[in-house]
Amino acid sequence: MTRKKRRLYMLLLALLGLGTATALTMTAFQDNIVFFFSPTDLQTQQAQGKAVGDRNFRLGGLVEDGSFKRLPDGISYEFRVTDTVNVVQVAYRGQLPDLFREGQGVVAEGKLRPDGVFLAREVLAKHDENYMPPEVTDALKRADHFKETAKTVKQ
Amino acid sequence: MIPELGHYALVLALFVAIVQSTLPMVGAATRNDAWMAVARPCAYAQMALVLLAYAALTWAHAVSDFSVQNVVSNSHSLKPMLYKISGVWGNHEGSMILWVVMLSVFGAAVALFGRNLPPTLKARVLSVQGLIGVGFLLFVLVTSNPFIRVIPPPLDGRDLNPLLQDPGLAFHPPFLYAGYVGFSMAFSFAVAALIEGRVDPAWARWVRPWTLAAWSALTMGIAMGSWWAYYELGWGGWWYWDPVENASLMPWLAGTALLHSAVVVEKRDALKTWTILLAIITFSLSLMGTFLVRSGILTSVHAFAVDPARGVFILVLLVIATGGSLLLYSVRAPNLKAGGLFAPVSREGTLVLNNLLLSTATATVFIGTLYPLFLDVLNLGKVSVGPPFFNATFVPLAIPMVAAMVVGPMMAWKRGDLPGALTRLWFAALAALASAAVALWVTGGPWLALVGVALGVWALVGSLVELAERVRLFRIPLRDTWVRTANLPRSAWGMTIAHASMGIAILGMTGTSAWQAEVIKAMRPGETAEVAGYAVTFDGVRQSEIDNFRSDMGAFTVRRNGAVIASLSPERRFYPVTRMTTTEAAIHTTWVSDVYVALGDPNEAGAWTVRLYHHPLVPWIWIGGVGMMLGGLVSLSDRRFRVGAPERRAARAGAVQPAE
Repeated sequence: MTRKKRRLYMLLLALLGLGTATALTMTAFQDNIVFFFSPTDLQTQQAQGKAVGDRNFRLGGLVEDGSFKRLPDGISYEFRVTDTVNVVQVAYRGQLPDLFREGQGVVAEGKLRPDGVFLAREVLAKHDENYMPPEVTDALKRADHFKETAKTVKQ
Repeated sequence: MIPELGHYALVLALFVAIVQSTLPMVGAATRNDAWMAVARPCAYAQMALVLLAYAALTWAHAVSDFSVQNVVSNSHSLKPMLYKISGVWGNHEGSMILWVVMLSVFGAAVALFGRNLPPTLKARVLSVQGLIGVGFLLFVLVTSNPFIRVIPPPLDGRDLNPLLQDPGLAFHPPFLYAGYVGFSMAFSFAVAALIEGRVDPAWARWVRPWTLAAWSALTMGIAMGSWWAYYELGWGGWWYWDPVENASLMPWLAGTALLHSAVVVEKRDALKTWTILLAIITFSLSLMGTFLVRSGILTSVHAFAVDPARGVFILVLLVIATGGSLLLYSVRAPNLKAGGLFAPVSREGTLVLNNLLLSTATATVFIGTLYPLFLDVLNLGKVSVGPPFFNATFVPLAIPMVAAMVVGPMMAWKRGDLPGALTRLWFAALAALASAAVALWVTGGPWLALVGVALGVWALVGSLVELAERVRLFRIPLRDTWVRTANLPRSAWGMTIAHASMGIAILGMTGTSAWQAEVIKAMRPGETAEVAGYAVTFDGVRQSEIDNFRSDMGAFTVRRNGAVIASLSPERRFYPVTRMTTTEAAIHTTWVSDVYVALGDPNEAGAWTVRLYHHPLVPWIWIGGVGMMLGGLVSLSDRRFRVGAPERRAARAGAVQPAE
């Protein structure tokens, strides 16, 4: 085995590895990226006719005051997520994170049912009282901006 | 007074580090022995000063000195002493000091144990180590000073994040940091070798023990973190592909590759430039992990404080360290002389395959972790990449990796005999197939789980077969086998233990991922729920006040076939100071499976949300993790690494004198 030949083998192997990794990553990306939407994002998408369909996504915003309900089975919950402009109804079965509270930021992962209710598979925990998930902060800011522009248009 | 002393020591340490990073480097270039000799006392002095600063901060936490901002923000007078001590590194500033402590201890260890290193190499290694020290000491002093005072001091502190007040997590950061920072040794050796312009087997023999020690500590740190997540977060998961977890997994994967490629450099004098590159990449990934976790761009328990200045500072450090060393690499690496040749089918070949798969796996984790950040920075939308992505990319790479892991050690150096190696592994193959068949029969489970079982058994039994082959069990008289076993080098034992433990860990991961059973129920006292054949009765909840929290402790009785086998007391704790609730799950383990109970919140009707899990094989994940760490330590104790093994020292020193 000459040095040149060995180098060739190594190069081929490395390319093979790189190729596999790229292929794996690309296919995995196609199926498994989870987008983040605020209630307003969902609204705009539906208005534009782009349905989210059966995809998993993350919904974020504030738990609307007075919207939280525990169903009779004791472990199913209903609440609404708002970004102060639009609202989405959420259904969830399971244990809520310790810091889940009305008026607080929340991020839920799941799917949109045909009837427009967001079926959460998971409600993400945040780790302390003062902390607001950055996606939620961002969504609220955008909603605020949306309100501002809406006002100017009306005037 | 004492905090000021700590602050002063830290500033002094910075200046010592500046001297350490410059004088010896210049001395090595100009062959000035006196300047090179400065490195050693500097390394000792830096360690002593940093330890002094660390001790000062620990004192402030231990006596609850609430005139120090760091103590106010992260402590409380009622907090148990264990968490007062561990709280020192349970916050951003303190953990960065711990990082610097580790760095200076490793530096001092080279100064102490590196007596037989060639003087120029030693001076350069310590110099690079000093340079990293300068960067991080500046970082601490400029952006994260833990010794800042508050006037007037408040009466009590704001307490530590309750999730961190846990024995499992108390010792997770020191291990993790010992791993992260330990890889700085490989980095310093790599940069020094590039400047020196030579890499030889002796170089690999010095690098390997440091890498092994770092790798063992990191393995332990990750295992502890995952164990903590399992019992403290209340949902019984052991790995979530969270960016913070990935930040520790990437250096681990790259470090594992480094560990194996360094073997090739040591034994065969090949793969030198690749090993250097891996050393640089591994430490860069450690730095990146620190950046990701400390900059606050990720959201997790670890993101203590969101301060953009800190993120930018670490990013600059990362760019300088990675960019600088890669630049040096591109200039100097082509001049390194290539060494021994080998056939594609050989021990070297399998180690190359291992490296290839490990680096590819590292790359996929890297992409998955950073892609959302890229999109966010470019304002292309917010996405998250969760477990499905990593399962789809990482698992297909891990399968051939583990399959090859058993074959590799059976091959000869230089030119191996693949059919021969496979023939000698017939027993392992049989065991793997048989266990997969049993798993299919018992569970009918998903095919991926059967592959997992087969792989785990293949790794476990295959490693033992390799050991049996080595001592020629049943081929020669037992007495001779015994003699061979006793004479086996520790590194061989280390490899067998680590590889077999990997097999055990894979079985654990497979078992709990594929066959866990979950029941979530609102239970009233007296009610019974069933999970995987275990009847769990809820007896009631007792409330009490302990230290700095209020506790709701549930009482559960676990029965199997009517016989009581355990009583479990899961807890729900409320920490009034931080107004946070934490879950302390209760676990009954048979070492083959866990029954896991977590107590949720009560509802108006007097029922409590209860989560019951049955996790088959889950303890094996951590048994495997501890086993891997032990394997690393056993290998570390090999005589060829031991300091001052007299008959070898002469040969070593002779082999590496610069040929001038």
